[in-house]
Parts: sequence; structure tokens; C-alpha cells
Amino acid sequence: MKKKKTTDRVIFTKEMKKTHTILFPDMLPIHFEIIRHVFDQYGYRTEVLHNDGREVINTGLKYVHNDTCYPALLVIGQFINALQSGKYDLDHTALMITQTGGGCRASNYIFLLRKALKKAGFEQIPVISLNTSGLESNPGFQLTIPMLVKMMVALVYGDELMLLSNQVRPYEKHQGDADALVGVWVKRIGTMLSSRRGLTLPEMRRLFDEIAQAFAAVPQKRCSKIRVGVVGEIYVKFSPLGNNGLEKFLLEQGCEVMVPGVMGFIMYTLSNQEVDHRLYGGNVVKSSLSKVALHYLEAVEGAMLDAIRRTGCFTAPSPFPRLEELGDRVINRGSKMGEGWLLTAETLELIENGYPNVICTQPFGCLPNHINGRGMMNRIKELAPQANIVAIDYDSGAASVNQENRIKLMLSSAKRSGDPDSAPMEEKRSHSNKEEYAMT
Amino acid sequence: MKIGLDIGSTTAKAAVLDAQGTLLYSDYRRHYSQVAETVTALIQEIRSRFPEEHGAAFAISGSAGMGLAEKCGVPFVQEVYATRLCAEKMVPDADVIIELGGEDAKILFLKGIPDARMNGSCAGGTGAFLDQMATLLGVTTEGLNKLAKEHEKIYTIASRCGVFAKSDIQPLINQGARDSDVAESILQAVVNQTITGLAQGRPIRGKVLYLGGPLTFLDELRYAFDRTLKLQGVCPEHSLYYVAMGAAEKASEEFTFDGILRELDLHKRDMGFAHMEPLFQNPEEYDAFCKRHERDKVVRGAMPPQDGRVYLGVDAGSTTVKFAVVDKDGALLDERYESNSGNPVPRVRAYLEDLYARFPGIRICGSAATGYGEDLIRNAFSLDFGIVETVAHLIAAKKLQPDVDFILDIGGQDMKCLKIRDGVIDNIYLNEACSSGCGSFLQTFASALGMNIAEFAKLGIYADSPVDLGSRCTVFMNSSVKQAQKDGASLENISAGLSVSIIKNALYKVIRIGSAESLGRHVVVQGGTFYNDCVLRTLERELGADVVRPDVSGLMGAYGAALYALEHSTGSSSVLTAQQLAAFTHESRPVTCSGCENHCRLTINTFSGGRRYISGNRCERPVTSRKADDSLNLYAFKRAQLASYQPKPGTRGKIGIPMGLNLYEQLPFWHTFFTKLGFEVVTSPVSNRALYVEGQDTIPSDTVCFPAKLMHGHVRALVREDCETIFYPCMSYNLDEGMGDNCYNCPIVAYYPEVLAANVPELRELRFIHGYVGLHRPGNVARKLWEMLYRDFYIPLPQIRTAVRAAYAAYEAHMDRIAQEGKRVIAAAREQGKPLIVLAGRPYHIDPEINHGIDRLITGMGMAIVSEDALRGLTDAPPKVQVLNQWTYHSRLYAAAEYVSRQKDMQFVQLVSFGCGCDAITADECRRILEEHGKIYTQIKIDEIENLGAAKIRLRSLFAAAGIEK
Repeated sequence: MKKKKTTDRVIFTKEMKKTHTILFPDMLPIHFEIIRHVFDQYGYRTEVLHNDGREVINTGLKYVHNDTCYPALLVIGQFINALQSGKYDLDHTALMITQTGGGCRASNYIFLLRKALKKAGFEQIPVISLNTSGLESNPGFQLTIPMLVKMMVALVYGDELMLLSNQVRPYEKHQGDADALVGVWVKRIGTMLSSRRGLTLPEMRRLFDEIAQAFAAVPQKRCSKIRVGVVGEIYVKFSPLGNNGLEKFLLEQGCEVMVPGVMGFIMYTLSNQEVDHRLYGGNVVKSSLSKVALHYLEAVEGAMLDAIRRTGCFTAPSPFPRLEELGDRVINRGSKMGEGWLLTAETLELIENGYPNVICTQPFGCLPNHINGRGMMNRIKELAPQANIVAIDYDSGAASVNQENRIKLMLSSAKRSGDPDSAPMEEKRSHSNKEEYAMT
Repeated sequence: MKIGLDIGSTTAKAAVLDAQGTLLYSDYRRHYSQVAETVTALIQEIRSRFPEEHGAAFAISGSAGMGLAEKCGVPFVQEVYATRLCAEKMVPDADVIIELGGEDAKILFLKGIPDARMNGSCAGGTGAFLDQMATLLGVTTEGLNKLAKEHEKIYTIASRCGVFAKSDIQPLINQGARDSDVAESILQAVVNQTITGLAQGRPIRGKVLYLGGPLTFLDELRYAFDRTLKLQGVCPEHSLYYVAMGAAEKASEEFTFDGILRELDLHKRDMGFAHMEPLFQNPEEYDAFCKRHERDKVVRGAMPPQDGRVYLGVDAGSTTVKFAVVDKDGALLDERYESNSGNPVPRVRAYLEDLYARFPGIRICGSAATGYGEDLIRNAFSLDFGIVETVAHLIAAKKLQPDVDFILDIGGQDMKCLKIRDGVIDNIYLNEACSSGCGSFLQTFASALGMNIAEFAKLGIYADSPVDLGSRCTVFMNSSVKQAQKDGASLENISAGLSVSIIKNALYKVIRIGSAESLGRHVVVQGGTFYNDCVLRTLERELGADVVRPDVSGLMGAYGAALYALEHSTGSSSVLTAQQLAAFTHESRPVTCSGCENHCRLTINTFSGGRRYISGNRCERPVTSRKADDSLNLYAFKRAQLASYQPKPGTRGKIGIPMGLNLYEQLPFWHTFFTKLGFEVVTSPVSNRALYVEGQDTIPSDTVCFPAKLMHGHVRALVREDCETIFYPCMSYNLDEGMGDNCYNCPIVAYYPEVLAANVPELRELRFIHGYVGLHRPGNVARKLWEMLYRDFYIPLPQIRTAVRAAYAAYEAHMDRIAQEGKRVIAAAREQGKPLIVLAGRPYHIDPEINHGIDRLITGMGMAIVSEDALRGLTDAPPKVQVLNQWTYHSRLYAAAEYVSRQKDMQFVQLVSFGCGCDAITADECRRILEEHGKIYTQIKIDEIENLGAAKIRLRSLFAAAGIEK
């Protein structure tokens, strides 16, 4: 029934591989820096964009339909703003963007990007789709299995650095230690990946341990902080550009932040094949292939989590199978568009792991989050009455004062319900007094 | 002594407590954006009242207080937290607090799981909203309250956000609804907005406290809450000062008065906001700008003309009414531009009387009305013609600039952009309901600051650093302004910033231009908003080109109407004469039409001489007493088809199917399937307002699309019908029609059953089957359904297989019937010479509560309607598209657009539900497909909004542009 059509897009040719620099949007600051080294190794010249601010948003507004999601607006705004900056040789620049091919309208980003490029007069720029579902291909860019594996490994390393640094940063005695350590490791891991090391499971185990120990060794002053978890639409969840520097804001408010890693999303995508097969029937080969990949990633992730746990001083998030169990309690895992059931599961996981205060970040009007975010909150609160959840919309027009106000409100409830022996409200007021000031 | 300061979006309040927490003194005043100054005044007043004190413990709270607190080093207390603190002390047994402020609305649940809800980034502020509405009616908010006491009926006004409500109220005013009824409807809208937007499914019960300005001052608003919540709330003593008192309670750090005042003084002028280049660098630049624009003048003549023959044009806009009188050569003889004060009829009468009195010798030989109030005015005063405003604007612009190729009109409520090619309207962009209110937004803003619009606009001319407010709907701007205020932006810079954002809205949101050249070389701007030099300057700067602003830019609609009257005059006019005017009377009366199940709320206007004008109707029935003619209406056909699936008693009991979203199309499938298996299939009733309200309190996300929200009412209706089982499957995939690369549903259609299961409590007490079904794989469906049903019903697999086969056949037959009917309608319309409209949307858009009867509105205009799915069979291959074509409903839209683009006698109109993220993509692509073939793309956004005024203008403009106006 399916009919493939050729489009008139600009193809990324084999020659371009040698001559062009490929630009990435800035979604996962730590992870993408590591991944770059994998691309290096395969002979691609890449660069992660870091331009930000109002400029990027305004450029996005100019070239993208205002009603499309905010991440699309930011990613495209960032690309076009970069192309207009004069920093890049326009005849030797290509763009790369991920494409999941799911039922969320986000699968359309690449088309919106092409439309925007045309509008801005950059028609000659090739756009490469980074996808595993065979949506678009380019002769000059081949995503081979080994390369894919390396990219996955890079993401796991990125997750570990993110998880650990988030748990050190609020407590470090000397400000900046955690970030400096991240910088050191990003370089080290990058160099290792470039020389094809750090890729076997034993090597990874050793390295995971080494990283965890390094962070444990940072001088820290442990004190009581509000523990806040962040879930949400993948771009605004991770990207400071998307969430107005949420992590930084929370840090300033005296919180410890837990952002579940990006591997969860990758594994969720893989597991969807199997779930689809279970629900609707169909291609067994495809679903078993993804099962194999899933098992491999589970092993890698497990090793990483073990390393964190072994330090004895850090909280390790629950492994993916646990997320599946948690998801099943609230929503069918057939809900697979956008972040799907994973968002619900991550919320429950955070609550269970000692982060009862959860911020659900979403672009304004995000369709899947009507279902998996706001739609499931009542259920989550029934299952976990201690949950203290707030949904925050991000948008080009939403003033940060509103977002911050709502987060502060959530934090002020956190003080109260954070008390294990829930005494009546009147009695609790007296000691929350001091903390309130410490916080603001 | 402890002092709490509550700095809100519009007012600043202070509460002074003694050590025991007793309130010693309180005060509040509006701060008109001068936060530091107002706070200084408050503190000085406190100081003079307590001369023996040198200082106090201070704390600041409130949405606009955070910045000030930081700068002055005073502790900040989150305002909701402060409210809760104070309430616990003052009214310990309170269960729920409802607090409305200038721009915030909050509900605090104190008992059970404590929870607090604040209005989101979309729901407009309530106090500011009331101010705006009151201004619209020409009264104060207290006046609004007083008016509401006299109400007889309540109109339905969209409650989601302020701007929506406003677009509903405006036509009511223009159509002559009673002020008191409108006033009460406004209050009710605030109530609905608060309850749906904030409570989001959590019931409001027990002891309810009403806090904040609006609820303190407006008792009618409290009654409206009481009535809706079915309880008796309390507005406690000091209800204005809860935040301030809560803040004072927390104040522990001591400051001297001198110290605080010094800090405030230091921070009066801080520049911490995002800003832009000044609009004019120096007075010379401004003078040159003014000189250049003085050139664009219309030809004028002296009154009365020699032959005494004049032609009259009246433009009854949303907030103003405009008059133009021209002579036989089209020279402008007389003009007037004034506010309609909520009712244009007396204004028009006064103008006519005045005209006759001043120039007894003139003879009006032609007259035309245009604008929102066109029908009302035309009927009231018996004018000769009524023309759609877009056409009026074009005529006027052409007079001034014959080779005009782009007209940008920004009025009080709406924004119109007309692209002109070869002298006719080639394309129309109207602002969506969400960004409307541009001009009147400035107006309301100005009056909130206590000045008139011209003064306010002037302020911005020499602003040194205009605030960057972004370009989105006005509600967003409200909060951006709040932010700027917080950061200490001056009034001048806010005024300039607002002007800039209006233009950015027009260019980047409504027209969405990529480059200035795409607008054309001869741009004419009109509408009252362009009297504002800052707005004009910004446009020129953004376009990088000079534009023409006629000296009568606010009058162009009336001028165009007068020119139209001149051109089409038969030599005399039926307009009321001076004698007839003297005896003129106007009465309006609200009634509910009982002609059909829609139960439209009509306003019947009766004028002297027995002329009548009925508004609020969605079909011609109340006017002509004839039933709507549905013979060429595919929407009606589809509704009739679905209505034929009636329950048949069966052995397995009742199973309920909610009639909404994808089930609107799949009913034939599931009805057949379950009937075959021996179930009695009960469908939920046709949607209406009451059904929506029934489920309203269980909607968890207030920004989801209206069709999804309706589902809550539908399942509740099924519960009421005693269905022991309700069936509503999740479907990631739709049926594969082979017209795209995949066959997804949108996330909402796919998974809404999950939301219902999690949020409608009754569904847990019965069997709610909402498993995942993949109709795109017919080979697997039977087994999967068997597995799904096996737990509750032991139906053998072969029986299910047979039922599935029958179900697919029934579905195919249904779709075929639609396609057949489509062919018939097209042929019949062509035979009768009727224009064809392809009213494209999604299957559930045929629901009359969702489309508000737009189909009959179109057929009433003499057109034939075909739906997108009725073109199946006429389009066999998927069209080439530049987007990802993997959603079944989207594929149909693209195919339909492609088909229409090749048909001379067809027009494409797309219905889009507000909040439908997917249609942001389909709309752009359908537009591209049509425009590539030189066709006009028309979009109609639909929501809870009942009124079809904007849709009507859009449709009539389309018909005029396509040369098929009646």
C-alpha cells in the first residue's frame, strides 16, 4: 500500500562529506559534545551550535508557523540564525536534525526546516535526517550499525556525566568543580571513542566506575536540599534554550535537580516496536531486532547504574524495565507518540526514588503531553499522594516570571509535604518559616 | 511592627500588623506601572500614621513584586504561599480559596491533598479582562456589576481566554443585545474560565473563600460563582489584603523607613528589560516622517455639493462607528469617527439627524453599510446596500492608490490583510480569534493607565528603549508587560513596545511574511490603529519600505462603502428621511429559537415602521420560517447517515459508544461489529452545550482541542444511560487509505480514551473498554479484538471474525455512500449553477456543536457543500507534498486541496479546531498547494465560540474575491 515518493530536496552527496561542515542543534549540551567525536571518527566534520537568546527565538518566529511547537521554532531559529551570522561558508555547510517518524507532529521538523530554509533563501543547504526508520537517506551519510552503537555508547556516557554532575553541583564546596570535571571527562571520553576504545562492555564498566569515583571524590558539603525531578518533552526537558535555563534557576533556588537520562527515550523508542507487534501484530523480524538492541542497551545502562550505585553516595535512577512496570500502572504502553508513556513512568520513577517534586516541562500546546503529562496527573497523585507536580508551558511568548512563579509555588509546597511525619498544617508553619527565606 | 507589601499587576497593597498579628492598618492603590513610586507613597503614608516607629520588618509579595524585592534586598514571599498562610490564620476551616487578581486567577485547595492552581500562560487575567469588557460597554467595573443585577438571560461566551470572550461579546453588543444581559454573561464567563481552567476536574466543595479585588468589589461576580458552584461562598473581612497580610506575617528582617525609601529611590529607574532601538532617533527624524505622510490625502469637497446629491457610507466596526459622505465624483464631503459605546444604533441615528439638520438641501442618493454591525444598521435605517468590509476597504484603497497590491487594516478587534492582484482580492488573511483585539488592546491598556489612546500612543514616539514584548496574542503581551514593569520599564518604553508588537503580530503571525518584497510595492495601511505613529513607523521599519497611510486611515471602510453606494446607486436611496428618523424607535429582545435542536439564542431587533432584524441565528429558519435546505449539504448527509445507526436490542446487553473524535467516522464499523455479536449498541446523544458542561469538570488539560473536551460529556451521557459497558478504543493508527506514507492518528485522537479513563471517576465503576485496536491491519484485528473482549465476554473467535468482516464491509459501504453523494452534489450543483465549497476538516467537524452550524451558514448563502472525504475516488494518487504525509486525516486534506486546485468552480475552506497542533502543519501545506494553482486558501478556526461573525466575513470575502458573491 505504501508509496514512496521522491522529493526535490537537496541531497547530501558523497563529495559533500569531504567538503561540508554539518551543524547540529543544541539539545543535550554534554551528550552532543561527546557524539561529535564519533562523527569525527567516521570522517564527518561537525559542529554543535551554541547561539542562543532572543535572536534565535525571533529568527524562529520569522520563519516558522507560530502555531507549531516551540522546539521546532527554536531548532530552526538556531539553524537559520547561525547561517545568517556569516560564520559559515554557505556552500560548504549542511544541517542535521533527528527524525523519529512517530505519530507526533515533531516528525515534521525536517520539512518545516526545509520550508524555512527556502523562505530565508538558503535553499542550497542540504539537510540530513538522522533516523533509524529509513525515512530519508543520503548517499553521503550512512548510518551504519557500528556507528549507531558508538553513538548509543556516547549517550550512555553523557547520561552518566549528567546524572552525577547534577547530584554534585548543589553540594560542591568549591563552585565550578562539577562542571570542570564534566569538561575533563567529555574530552577524555571523546578521545577514547575516536581511538575506538571504551566500547566493549568490560571497558565501559571500568570507565563508568572511574567516572563515578571521580565525582564522588569532589569535595562536597552535604546538606538538605529540595529534590526536584524534571520530566517532559525531550527538547524543552534537556535544552537550556528551550526551558529558560531551568536547571540553573532551580539550582539558585537551592534545589537538587534530577533529569532522567536520554537513554530512557532511546530504549522507549526501541520497545515501541515490540509493543506495536503485541498490540497490532505484524513484522516479527523488526520487533525481534529491536528486542536485541534493547537488551544490549539495558546491559550497558545497567552497568552504568551499578557504577553510580557502588559509590554509595549517589542516587541511581531505576533501570528501564522498572520504568516499564511503573508505566503499566497508569497508562498502556501503546501510548507511543512523543514521549508517550515514558513521561508518565519517569514521573512515577522520580517520586519513588526520592524526588517527589516534579516539573513537567512541555511546549505550549504539546499534543502528546495533553495525554501523558497533564492527562495522567490525577492518576499519579492518587497512586502517590506525596507527589508535588507542576506542569510548565514553554513558549516564545510566555514570560519567564509566570514560569518562575509557578515553580516557586510548587517549591513552597515542597517544604511542607516534604516532611515525612505529616503533622497538621498549623504546626508545620513555624519551622518552614526559616526555610522559606533560605530558599528565596 | 510588621509590614507586608503586595505588588500585583495593577495595584499595590500594604498591610501593617502588630507583633501579635493583628491588622493595624491597610491601604491599596493602583500603581499604573509606577511601582517604585507607588510603594514609596504607601510607605510614607504608613510612616505618617505611626510617627513613633522608625522602621519595621518588611516582606514583599505579588506578581510584580519580585524584581523590586530583589533590588531592595527585602525578602520575597511567593504570593500564593502568602495567601495560604493568611487564610490558615483567619479562616482555619476554609476548604478552598478562589482569588482573582488584576491578571491572575488562583484556586487553592487547602484540605485533602493541598494544591494550588494558577492561570496558565494562556488564560487571560480576570481583573484586567473585566476592566477591558467594562470599557467596551462604556462603564466602570462597578458599573458592570450594577448592570448585571438587572439581567434576564445569559449569553454563551467562550470562557477559555479573555480574547475569545471578547470576540463573542463584541458582536452581541453590535447586534443590540441588552447591556445588562451582556454584563452578566461577562461575569459568568469569568466564572466558567476560573472553574474549567483552574479546578481542572477537582471538585470545589465545602467552605469557599473569595479573595482579591474583583471578588471583593463585585457582588454579582460572587453570586455568579455561588450559582455555578451551587454553594454559598464567603468574602471575608480584609479580603483584599490576604497576600499582604501573609507577607507581613512572614516578615522578620527589620528595615528602617529611611533605608527602605532610599533603596526605592535608587531603583526607580533601572533598566533590566529586553529592549530595542528607539523608533525615532531625534525630533528631526520624526518631523520628516510626519511630512512624508501628510502627502497621502483623499480628495475633499465642500458640503453641500452644488447638485445636492450625496452618497453615504457607514462602517459599524467592533468598537467604533464611522461615517463618510461623498459627492458624485467621490470627493469626501463629510466624515465622522466615534466610539460606538457598545451600541451603534443611537450613534448612527444621531449622525443622520445631525446631517439633515446641518444641510437641509442635500439628497442622499445611495447608502451602504459595512463592518460587524452591517446587517443591524442596514435594517435599522433602511440603507440600500450591505457590503463585506474587505471589499469596502479595497474600494477605498484603490481610490487613493490605484495600483495598490497590499492592504493592511488593523482595527479595534481584528486585523485584515488583503493581497490584491489585477485589482481584485487575491488573498485574505484575517487574524485568528486568538490574536484579535489589537487596537482595542492598546485602548484598554491606555485607559488602565488613565489616559486616552492618542496620548498613550504619543508617549512612545521618543521612547529611548522600547520594550521587546514579542509577537503573540495579547494575553501573552499582558504578562510580558508585567515582566517589563517588574524590571522597571518606563511608560514610554512600554507604549512603544506595545506598538511594535502589534506590527510584529501582523507580519509574523497573521501574514507570516518572509521578506518585505512578498507584500508587494504599493502597501496601503488603514484602520484606526495606524493613527498611532509608532505603529506606522514600526511597520515601515520592519518592511524596510515606505507605505501609504491615508489621512482618513480610520475611515476607509466607510469611505469605501460610500464609494460603493455611489457606483451602484439607482438614483435614489431608501435611507430613512428626517421625518422617519424623528419617529425612529429600536427595541431588542432576547429569545431562544425553538426551530431545531440547536436552540440558538436570538436577539430580535424591532424598529419603527415594523422593520425587524434577527441576529444570533445559525440558519435562515427564524428569518424565513423555512427549514434549512440540506439537499446540497454533505455535512447534513453525513449526520443523517450516522443517525441511522440505532440500537437493536441484543442478548449481550448494552454497550455504549461515545460519538466524538474518530468514532464519528467509525460508528458504522463498531455499530455493525457489536450488533452482530448481539450487543445493543447505544450511542451518546448529539453534542450540545449542556452535554459539554456535563463533562467539563473532568478535563485535565485546558488547552486541548474542543472536540476532545466534548468527549468527557459524551461518556458521562453514556453513564447516565446506564450502559454497563462503554467501548472507546485507543488507536495509534487509522485505516490505511493508501494516500500517504503511513496512517497515523493524531496523538489526541489516538489516546484520548486513556485520558478519560484516568480522569472520569464513573468510568472505574463500569466496564470501560479502551484497549488498543489496529484497524490498519485487517488480518490481525479479529484475534486482537477477541483477546480484548475475552476477559469480559466469552465470544468465540469465529463469531468475532464474522463480525469483523461485516464491520469492514459496513464501513466501506458507508464511505462509498459518502463518495457517491459527493459525486451527486457536485453534479447537481453544477447543473443548478451553484458554487461549490469543499468544506474540509476532520470527521468530527460535522458535529454541530463543534462547527456551530457553519455548513448551514454556507448553504444559506446559496452554495453547495462537499466534504473532504467525499472526494475519495476522484483523487486516486497521493499528491506531492512538502511535509511528512503520514496521518490518514491529513492525507485526505492534501488530496482534497490538490483536487480543488484543479477545479474552476470549487473553493477550499478548511475548518481548524483551536489548539490543533497538527493543523498548523496541514493548513500551511494546503495553502501552498492551492496558491501554487492560483487558488485562495481560506481557514476558519473554530472553538467553543458560538458566534459566526468572523467566519461570515471570511466566507463573504472569499466569495467576493472568487467573484461569486450573491
